Amino acid sequence: MLIQRLSLGLLTLFVVSVIIFLAVGMLPGDAAQAMLGQAATEETVAALRARMGLDQPAPVRYFHWLMGILQGDFGQSIANGREISELIGGRFANTIFLAVFAAVISVPLALLLGILAALYRNSIYDRTVNVVTLSSISTPEFFVAYILILFISVQWGLFPSLANVGPTTPFLERLDKTFLPALTLTLVVVAHMMRMTRAAIINLLASPYIEMANLKGISKRKIITHHALPNAWAPIINVIVLNLAYLIVGVVVVEVVFVYPGLGQLLVDSVQRRDLPVVQACCLIFAATYVLLNLTADILSILTNPRLLHPK
Amino acid sequence: MSESQGELLLEMKGLRIEGYSDEQWHQIVKGVDLTLHRGEVLGLIGESGAGKSTIGIAAMGYAKPGCRINGGTIKFDGMELTTMSESKKRKLRGARIAYVAQSAAASFNPAHKLIDQFAETVVEHGKGSREQAYADAKELYARIKMPDPDRIGFRYPHQVSGGQLQRAMTAMALSCRPDLIIFDEPTTALDVTTQIEVLVTIRDIVEQFNTAAIYITHDLAVVAQMADRIMVLRYGETVEEADTRKMLSAPEKDYTKSLWAVRSFRKEDEAPAAEPTPLVKVENVTATYARGLVPVLRGVDFEIHRGHTVAVVGESGSGKSTTARVITGLLPPQEGKVYYDGQELPADYHKRCKDQLRQAQMIYQMADTAVNPRHRIRDIIGRPLSFYLGMEGDARERRLRELMEMIELQPDQFLDRLPGELSGGQKQRICIARALAAEPTFIICDEVTSALDQLVAEGILRLLDHLQRDLNLAYMFITHDLATVRAIADEVIVMLQGQIVEQGPKDDIFTPPHHEYTDLLLSSVPEMDPDWMDRVVNERREKGGLGAAGN
Repeated sequence: MLIQRLSLGLLTLFVVSVIIFLAVGMLPGDAAQAMLGQAATEETVAALRARMGLDQPAPVRYFHWLMGILQGDFGQSIANGREISELIGGRFANTIFLAVFAAVISVPLALLLGILAALYRNSIYDRTVNVVTLSSISTPEFFVAYILILFISVQWGLFPSLANVGPTTPFLERLDKTFLPALTLTLVVVAHMMRMTRAAIINLLASPYIEMANLKGISKRKIITHHALPNAWAPIINVIVLNLAYLIVGVVVVEVVFVYPGLGQLLVDSVQRRDLPVVQACCLIFAATYVLLNLTADILSILTNPRLLHPK
Repeated sequence: MSESQGELLLEMKGLRIEGYSDEQWHQIVKGVDLTLHRGEVLGLIGESGAGKSTIGIAAMGYAKPGCRINGGTIKFDGMELTTMSESKKRKLRGARIAYVAQSAAASFNPAHKLIDQFAETVVEHGKGSREQAYADAKELYARIKMPDPDRIGFRYPHQVSGGQLQRAMTAMALSCRPDLIIFDEPTTALDVTTQIEVLVTIRDIVEQFNTAAIYITHDLAVVAQMADRIMVLRYGETVEEADTRKMLSAPEKDYTKSLWAVRSFRKEDEAPAAEPTPLVKVENVTATYARGLVPVLRGVDFEIHRGHTVAVVGESGSGKSTTARVITGLLPPQEGKVYYDGQELPADYHKRCKDQLRQAQMIYQMADTAVNPRHRIRDIIGRPLSFYLGMEGDARERRLRELMEMIELQPDQFLDRLPGELSGGQKQRICIARALAAEPTFIICDEVTSALDQLVAEGILRLLDHLQRDLNLAYMFITHDLATVRAIADEVIVMLQGQIVEQGPKDDIFTPPHHEYTDLLLSSVPEMDPDWMDRVVNERREKGGLGAAGN
């Protein structure tokens, strides 16, 4: 079963790589044109294209690209000639750092809020949490980000508004600088996870074994944490993983607002510069992250299912 | 069955409970009085919708979600439950009043071990430590003669058989030594041979601990074994109440008499003489669900003749339904062949032609899940008319109405309804009409009456019998209910672990000498005689064979 999932994941990645390649090829303009500017003559542009291999047919270029990736070689940036793997490495680490930071805040928070909402369902607390989290998810990220900057950074001066970390920034300073982006991301993802936790638990409250627990005189709190939650993990894990994936691949806007040197910013810059190999590499990394996280969710779902964990 | 007249334990007066559905409140229980003394067992009996379960759990001061107690009083050991705070009621539940649910498989939490679910109640109510509870659980498991009592508790619910689970649940109910246990149809989901073991367990426990009990069931023969007193309910009201023996021998009300009379139905006519070529012939079939697994069917071999009813009986897992799947081509067998009217059928239904498919139809146990809830009755029955017979327009409409008349439902009233607007028995009739629409010669009925109340089931059996005579249909009747077999079968096939252990005309199977397993099966079917269980248990103990409470 695991091998089947793995090979399906690989197949998905392959299909995604084709789509990325085709989509990037459809972007208007090309790198040669972008590099030389409007004044360049036809000949110089054509010469540069030939040097960069852009004159070859698409299938050949795709094949070369794919072979390179399989050997760990993403190629060179067209814009500055640097190795892409080098260019991406530090950026990706930054993105992961921010995602982990946001996840460490948001996942426990969402679970706690969700469990409490299920326990006190239809109470004032439940409704308030629902309204607040829904409002935060409905507000555009950049808007949330600017509001946080306005109050927390500009007015109260608690945390810096620029997350301009470098490779040598010490850990604590890093936490301080990335607190606002992490908080923004938390506000964006908490609602989804919290509502799924609440729904998954409430869904189970109609089960005969929950009624049985009630008729055994078990307290409400224990019914939720001890009887409902262990059986609710599968849907909750799936949503958590989906949101973790979002924390990594969906951070472009937040990174731009806070000028955070992550992968998302690199992607945006590279698209502007028509630096296609970098764009392709970024997209592929995002796709791989998605596939990998979903695979993890599948495995965790199996591990939390007592029927699969303790076979007859 | 002792004459127990202890002090008053539970008293309900004018109990009224209502439930919320379709945006209004409906009265489910309409003023019921009930008394129970210490050590006494009261049987609550009635059809579905009579309110028996609702009354049963009301004895714990509990109303199911969407229901509320809206009148009357419930006094347990002098305490009024209707006005008691929720936290006080929690202290009673599990500790002084315990509950045993119908489906142990669904009522045990799949995420925890049996013994932890046992100990949980003890710890929650402060009746002892976890270790003490473990020791007590092992002792109780041994006392009710569970296999491997020291270790069985450390299994998860899905690792234990249905009968053992139900007994483990009875043990769990005893964990705090309650004064009262509510048994809510505890054996309805079990095979007869397992049912008797659970019944013996329950009765021994109730007697040993002098626990009072409310025993809820729709099965008269079961309640006759268990209860000191029986209360008959209908539409949320008491029909009558009397001591068990009196109730069985001299029921007063017509409704009670009609319940008692249910088992009297017998197929009237003799089956037509067997034709030389059987309609369906299953030849030496061996089948498995996955390569390498133990076969679920081994060398199954039998014939069904035109106009005959062949009943296939056996416990769950004996291969009854698998046989049906092989015949219909849903499960191609590893070995063996299926013939229809002398011609070999392709093993896989994909390879059968439309006419071959049309000849064999199926009716299922759960009419609810066998019809699409979003389709109107017209479409459900009309689909085979268009698909198999190419009927459209007026011809189809006329045939639809004919079919509705055949199943005794008013076409104008029902054709445009959705399945959800029908009762269980009506839905099953719709499934019968859908099968008939294909104009088959052979119908497989898979436990078609198991999910229905006895009176309704009786109606379905009469209808099937009547249709058989009119249309010369052959039935393969899969059931675990031997009363149904007695009522409708011409021939009987007894299956055990994927093999046929005995087959022949009904009268031969039901008259001794039996095959050993057939004997066990037949002797496990409860009878209306209150002394039946004692007799069977004694007989089995003397034989030293399968002691009902033993292993």
